[in-house]
Amino acid sequence: MKLYCLSGHTTLPCNVLKFKSTTIMLDCGLDTTSTLNFLPLPLVQSPRLSNLPGWSLKDGNAFLDKELKERSGHVFVDSVPEFCLPETELIDLSTVDVILISNYHCMMALPYITEHTGFTGTVYATEPTVHIGRKRLLPSPLKDAVEVSTWRRCYTMQEVNSALSKIQLVGYSQKIELFGEVQVTPLSSGYALGSSNWIIQSHYEKVSYVSGSSLLTAHPQPMAQASLKNSDVLILTGLTQIPTANPDGMVGEFCSNLALTVRNGGNVLVPCYPSGVIYDLLEHLYQYIDSAGLSSIPFYFISPVANSSLEFSQIFAEWLCHNKQTKVYLPEPPFPHAELIQTNKLKHYPSIHGGFSNDYRQPCVVFTGHPSLRFGDVVHFMGLWGKSSLNTVIFTEPDFSYLEALAPYQPLAMKCIYCPIDTRLNFIQVSKLLKEVQPLHVVCPEQYTQPPPAQSHRMDLMVDCQPPAVSYRRAEVLALPFKRRNEKIEIMPELADSLVPMEIKPGISLATVSAVLHTKDNKHVLQPPPRPAQPTGGKKRKRASDDIPDCKVQKPLLSGSIPVDQSVQALERHGFSDIKVEDAAKGHLVLLREAETLIQIEEDSTHIVCDDDEVLRVRLRAWSSSSFRSSEGKARATSTSLDPCVLHCSCQPPAEEGKTRSWRVSGSRNKESAFEIPSQELQPEPPSLPSRHCLRRALSLYT
Amino acid sequence: MDPECARLLPALCAVLADPRQPVADDTCLEKLLDWFKAVTDAGSSLLLLQENPCLVELLFHVRKPQDLSSRILSFALRLAGTFAAQEDCFQYLQGDPSLFVASAAGQLLVHILDLAMRGPAEGRGPAEGRGRLQARDWPACARRIVCHLEDCLCSEAAPRVTQALHVLTTAFGHCHGLWTQGLWVQLSPLVARLLEKDPVPAPHALVELLLSVARSSVLSSDPGLWETVAQTLSHLSPMQAGPLAAGILKLQDCPQALRIQAFGVLLRPLACVLEAAAQAPGTPGLLEGAAGDQMAVDTLPPSKSVCVGLLCSTLAHLELLQPLPQRPSPWPQAPLLAAAVTILRFCNGSAAPSSELGGHLCAMLVGCVRVQRAALDFLGVLSQGLGPRELVTQVFAVLLEYLVSPDSSPTVLKKAFQATLRWLLGSAVPPSCCDLEPHAQLVLRELLAVLQKRLCSPCWEVRDSGLEFLTQMTRHWGGQATFRQALLASEVPKLASQLLQDPESYVRASAVAAAGQLSSRGLHAAPSSPEHPAGPQKTPLEELLLVLTTDSEGFPRRAAMRVFTEWLRDGHVAVAEDRERFVARVLQAASGDLDWEVRVQGLELALVFLQQLLGACGPGAAPPCALAQALRALCRVQLFEFAFRSLFDCDRPVAQKSCDLLLFLRAKAAPSGSPQEAGESPDVAPVEAALRRWRAGEQGQPLGELAPEAILAVLRSLDLEALRDTLAESSDHVERSPQSLLQDMLATVGVLGDNEADCY
Repeated sequence: MKLYCLSGHTTLPCNVLKFKSTTIMLDCGLDTTSTLNFLPLPLVQSPRLSNLPGWSLKDGNAFLDKELKERSGHVFVDSVPEFCLPETELIDLSTVDVILISNYHCMMALPYITEHTGFTGTVYATEPTVHIGRKRLLPSPLKDAVEVSTWRRCYTMQEVNSALSKIQLVGYSQKIELFGEVQVTPLSSGYALGSSNWIIQSHYEKVSYVSGSSLLTAHPQPMAQASLKNSDVLILTGLTQIPTANPDGMVGEFCSNLALTVRNGGNVLVPCYPSGVIYDLLEHLYQYIDSAGLSSIPFYFISPVANSSLEFSQIFAEWLCHNKQTKVYLPEPPFPHAELIQTNKLKHYPSIHGGFSNDYRQPCVVFTGHPSLRFGDVVHFMGLWGKSSLNTVIFTEPDFSYLEALAPYQPLAMKCIYCPIDTRLNFIQVSKLLKEVQPLHVVCPEQYTQPPPAQSHRMDLMVDCQPPAVSYRRAEVLALPFKRRNEKIEIMPELADSLVPMEIKPGISLATVSAVLHTKDNKHVLQPPPRPAQPTGGKKRKRASDDIPDCKVQKPLLSGSIPVDQSVQALERHGFSDIKVEDAAKGHLVLLREAETLIQIEEDSTHIVCDDDEVLRVRLRAWSSSSFRSSEGKARATSTSLDPCVLHCSCQPPAEEGKTRSWRVSGSRNKESAFEIPSQELQPEPPSLPSRHCLRRALSLYT
Repeated sequence: MDPECARLLPALCAVLADPRQPVADDTCLEKLLDWFKAVTDAGSSLLLLQENPCLVELLFHVRKPQDLSSRILSFALRLAGTFAAQEDCFQYLQGDPSLFVASAAGQLLVHILDLAMRGPAEGRGPAEGRGRLQARDWPACARRIVCHLEDCLCSEAAPRVTQALHVLTTAFGHCHGLWTQGLWVQLSPLVARLLEKDPVPAPHALVELLLSVARSSVLSSDPGLWETVAQTLSHLSPMQAGPLAAGILKLQDCPQALRIQAFGVLLRPLACVLEAAAQAPGTPGLLEGAAGDQMAVDTLPPSKSVCVGLLCSTLAHLELLQPLPQRPSPWPQAPLLAAAVTILRFCNGSAAPSSELGGHLCAMLVGCVRVQRAALDFLGVLSQGLGPRELVTQVFAVLLEYLVSPDSSPTVLKKAFQATLRWLLGSAVPPSCCDLEPHAQLVLRELLAVLQKRLCSPCWEVRDSGLEFLTQMTRHWGGQATFRQALLASEVPKLASQLLQDPESYVRASAVAAAGQLSSRGLHAAPSSPEHPAGPQKTPLEELLLVLTTDSEGFPRRAAMRVFTEWLRDGHVAVAEDRERFVARVLQAASGDLDWEVRVQGLELALVFLQQLLGACGPGAAPPCALAQALRALCRVQLFEFAFRSLFDCDRPVAQKSCDLLLFLRAKAAPSGSPQEAGESPDVAPVEAALRRWRAGEQGQPLGELAPEAILAVLRSLDLEALRDTLAESSDHVERSPQSLLQDMLATVGVLGDNEADCY
């Protein structure tokens, strides 16, 4: 199992998980912080910005001076913003089978992946995620701008639509089968409307993907924690970006500063996204403005999607917290912002043109995007209000450094307040969560495994778990620290009928199985072995087919571990000399150099590899029956019989993925791909060394 | 015992002895016991038992094993203890799982022990070594008890040890006979042996016992005691030893070495905190020599809850110790200050320790509200001692950090405000005591900026504590130029006045207090809310009168009355303009208020007015002309109508206050036969008729115009003293009589029986 880390960003992740034979992309986040290096994109030509001096290299080379502008010691790119994409070279993205989206923040790179990489799979996301994400995929001014052809990195509306058409809507707890092999399930993550964590599981393995979750009581459905229990691996991303700021305190700070400004006759500008925290902010303000005597102050929400955002939030009942769900069935709307709108305290506009300019009244509070201050109507308000110290800009979104966002506007007279409100899990909540759900392994971005660089003493600001979390960074491929041990294999009824289990100790019965393994759509079936048409005359072949029933009855079944020392002594008693015992990774190797024989003793299997020498084989058989019988009751029935056609299956797949893939026959998973091991490979009389390998491989496949 | 009670007693005893008739309420048993104590204190208990054989029957009855509830058992034991009766039932009772029974049995044991030992020990002459009775000479029952205690102390079962320690604690705490010496000599080796066990069993009970012994004047001279205490201090964990150390330091008299050891125990957690925060080793710590990483690891528990508990209790102990005269000297003011500041920095994450221990401590304490509160309280107490300049600067810096931080919880913020005020008060320059030190003046500006924001907080507790802080600051520095300038340059006065309209009544009350204080100092802002930017501006007086007359909640109205009383007392400008009119308006509003506290405050204001008119000082009568003038003024403000009405107020404190007021006036009025009255006899009939109506509960009729002479006549005719005495009896004096208690208990039993019958 491997994890390909395409983005190092903690809250805008993009990872690819290879789990069994499926390739699953977990989120598709787009890091937009690069926009901070660009000059703001004003709606109308701004002389203030366009007249900035060009910046030339120290050597006087001015080839970039058209593109680079300087302001207050910062150099900015004067062009349409470009974004930092996830890694596209680390893995062939056309092999991605599905993309799982956890919330609308984490799907902004979707068009890049689905439209330019040969992607042919499906994207899964919840309905609110798609609806809200659709509004966000294109930042509004870019969408309406004219010079589309000049964008070098931003996708087009067409690409957006094409990408969206590949999305399949899913609901919480819905089980989605991927190729009969893996099941994925979205769970409520409590962070935003429709935000999800994902469970990816097979019959015996479970991977949880936790991305952008919240335990606070806010508008979305609360986080479903219980279903994350018993995970083999928990991939943890999207924790709070401001671990030191408590959202409640920040909301208080936000309200206080807002009131203080407005009471002094100043305006308040809140650069924000059109959905998410703003719903909760509006709810707090709803309770606060009357108590603070601010009910006559107009609140404006300006966004191309303001209207639909406010309305969607009201109709997505199924995705809301319980408290708000019940309100959906009452005459009152679940969110109080409906009442703010009804009473004309909150007004929303698609842009600053038209209705807004008629209604505009000061002092007022304006919520508008984009929080980077590089595009959107916020650029206009920064220009309009930046000169007065009465006004305040309050940053609530934690995605951008507010100082960098403000840099092209400096010098600035207006007051700047930083109240980042990030409701995602903090480290205390994470440690409680991990204690509760107890995953075997935690995988997370490397930023979470050490205190923040600026506060290296804050040992509390890191993921603290046992065993320590496995960390990843951008462009890294991680072999996940977990061993797949079991595979589910069905036994055909007629084969099952033929089994004669023997009780080797109370409650445990074993039977030997000779069968053909048949694999189709990642489902494995043991079928009865085909009866050979004619005995070929070979003595052993005959015995192989005819004597099996007798063997089953007579042969003692063995279980437990093999005592190496005793076995070696027994070998010596049987006349073997020059015996060397080596420790191997999973057990022991016994080398009979003189006899050119290798005995591999592992925890769950024993292999004997020897030459086609009947005398030798008889000696070995005599040894094995005496030796194993002597330890009967300890050794498990995993010893490989020297009989060619009797294979003892312990139903354990090989541990390494590489080998798994090597015996998956065809790449097409819809076509039938029965896999039968050629009988020659099972011949115990391999004439040369390569076939010995074949034998070992075949045996290891089956054990 | 009065005959009525004696008549009820047999029936009650029968009820108590009957397990089928459970007594509903423990408290009546407690009250009953109190009453029996009072009765036995007043007379002979032997006589009581002889006269009421039912009591003896009850006591005999409970000795029989049966299904009596443990509360009755406990009651009977304590009653028996009170009567000093039978003793042979106690031993099997002491192991009772019920806490009440065990405790009662313990008390009884002590009682018996005391009775048994006091007799022989005190009967001896000095020559025989008074008090030092040899163990073999002890009475048989005392020997049995002591033997039982010895067994318990040697027991492996912690509950038995605890029980024995409790009994001994009670014995040494309550009995101060010389025999206790003998008992301690006998048992102290066993107590000391407890320390050899690991872990020490029942550490809390052990600490209580040792402290009780150490406080006993009879026993504290024993040098062995101090040795045991010292050993205990070093054996117990820091958490367990803390209360013992604090107890030792509060003792008036104990060996100096032990005090030093105890103080060391108390200081150790703080020393560790300092050590953990130290950037480089070798920074002078709180404890000389003892510091070191290993000590810190040993002292500070790795578990968060235990570590937090230890720090909180340490800070609380030191806080209590600081103002005591017997506190350790020299008092390490500077390191303690540094420790408090460091803890606060750990809690808000601003400390940057380099050591691993520091990192661990930081992770445990960050955001811990309990420790923050304890440390802020402690820091506030330390303001009495001041400290080196750079540390004081750090104190103000950390306090500001807490006041500014959005993450400070409301309770923490309140404590931070309180501590800041104490430090600002402590920083006053000594000679004038009203000028702030220069650095405190700098702090002041930042404080006002913080306050401005806090007054806009969405959390009402924060607005409330912000206003309280503002009121206090204005009270102390309202006359100081720097403060006035800074305050007037800020938005604070305006915001404070806007909070008079706050939706939360507590905040409005605090805003009223703040407005009153600001107005007294001439710092009141002209109100203009964004709601009514151009509205007519009200004076502070009008605003507060509006609160008094229209606010729907009691707290703001009470606060307004307090402000008015203060204004009248201090001669506020707005009041001085027309004092009579002011008093008349306020009294009119207060007299009709539904809240009794407002009415009491109204009478208080009337009293202040009266004192101002007649002169407060001296018991003597006022000069006649002054009296006449005063009476006319009092009539004009309609004080008498309010006062007379209040005499019959359904709320007792109002009536009492009114009584006091009228008594004061009568004392000031000239004795009968003064020139004013001699001429004609006033017509008091309407007044007396009105009083009768009010007494009967009719409230409607107004008194109308009153002549001062009529008032005086009515005052003299009223038996105010008798009224005062009646009022002084608590309103439930009837309900609290023993007779009523007995009746109630019987009645409840009856009701229970009825209910039982109803069920079928």
